[in-house]
Amino acid sequence: MCQEANFFLGEDVMEAFKKGCETEVSNTGKEILQILIKNAEIARDEQVPMCQDCGYAVLFLELGQDVRIEGGDLYEALTEGVRKGYTDGYLRKSIVSHPLERKNTGDNTPPVIHTKIVPGENLKITLAPKGGGSENMSQIKMMKPADGVEGVKNFVLEVAKNAGPNPCPPVIFGVGIGGTMEKAALIAKEALLREIGSKNKDPEMDKLEAELLEKINNLGYGPQGLGGRNFALAVHIETYAAHIASLPVAVNINCHAARHKEVVL
Amino acid sequence: MTQIRLTTPLTDADVEQLRIGQQVLVNGVIYTGRDAAHKRMVDLINAGKVNELPFDPKGQIIYYVGPSPTKPGRVVGSCGPTTSYRMDPYAPELYKLGLKASIGKGKRSPEVIEAMKEYKGVYLAAIGGAAALIAKCIKSAKVIAYPDLGAEAVHEFVVEDFPMVVVNDTLGGDLYQEGIKQYAVK
Repeated sequence: MCQEANFFLGEDVMEAFKKGCETEVSNTGKEILQILIKNAEIARDEQVPMCQDCGYAVLFLELGQDVRIEGGDLYEALTEGVRKGYTDGYLRKSIVSHPLERKNTGDNTPPVIHTKIVPGENLKITLAPKGGGSENMSQIKMMKPADGVEGVKNFVLEVAKNAGPNPCPPVIFGVGIGGTMEKAALIAKEALLREIGSKNKDPEMDKLEAELLEKINNLGYGPQGLGGRNFALAVHIETYAAHIASLPVAVNINCHAARHKEVVL
Repeated sequence: MTQIRLTTPLTDADVEQLRIGQQVLVNGVIYTGRDAAHKRMVDLINAGKVNELPFDPKGQIIYYVGPSPTKPGRVVGSCGPTTSYRMDPYAPELYKLGLKASIGKGKRSPEVIEAMKEYKGVYLAAIGGAAALIAKCIKSAKVIAYPDLGAEAVHEFVVEDFPMVVVNDTLGGDLYQEGIKQYAVK
């Protein structure tokens, strides 16, 4: 899974690049999108990582409540899978064991694991390797309820402007609105897993996504921030119930190497 | 668009001719370094031990990259640029010692832009995330210092027609500021 996620870019991203080539008004921007298509083809054909930053291994588990796991520790097994995948696949090891001491663990472990208990008897594992450059440009803000939708829009645009060329545009914006601080961040990341071009189930949020995408692209940053109209490929919004006093908003940016791979057991 | 071919080592004249937005093809030897290697190099400079640097920066180019491991039978792993601002605290010291260019992606600080004006240097952006494609431009690769840093070790690359765009020139120009002006919708 680790290797497949890093070698094979999703069809939805490839389609978005191709669409971008048609809509991009900057020649440099067009060339960049063509280069990114070529890069993804090389990675696929030669089975090499599309990006040297093979990411933090972020795992989303949906564990059916009727599933019984035997024979050992599930998290240990997942960690071992990441270790083996990154080592055998010649993927870059980008994790340091302590954020201040900063010694590389040498095998890209530990992963970050988010688990949800769901009805059923399946275990769904989604691996989303996450690059550092785009993660570093992500932000969270605890807004006032009075800030409302305008406040949310302004914050997302502020995050986009602050990021500029740094997160490897064209990027995807995952926006988590509501919940508590950590819930907003988590749903922002989950929003990145949605297929590019898919509709938001909430019609109002679907409209807001389209409006934000247009506003972000009208900033003029374009591919790689060198000018153009394809700075973002998509804006995905997830919402959750909020406290009467709070309006948390998290913006998680994903680079164009928007990798994820899932398996259902 | 016209492309300018540069071969290292570079002179002041080589970089003074460059203007923001131009496409450049780099040839010859370049050196790599990320956060940890930069810290070690600047610590050496501050301790007056310039002769212990992994390479003499004069006329050279440093590429901000941490390649993925090399698969058997290949020259190098995937190796696109990392975000440059993390090297901003260290970059002026290297330009001062004669570094002519750095390659990365993303914005530079006013201090780095000022140092490039003062010491005649440029900043070039490679395409972030085009790592499998960029690896094709690298004809040989070896670690010359700090092997304990893994991907962050200092490598010496020999490159052929490695494509990039001039983002900051010796006049203080900034393509990230200028480039977006004509595409922004008011």
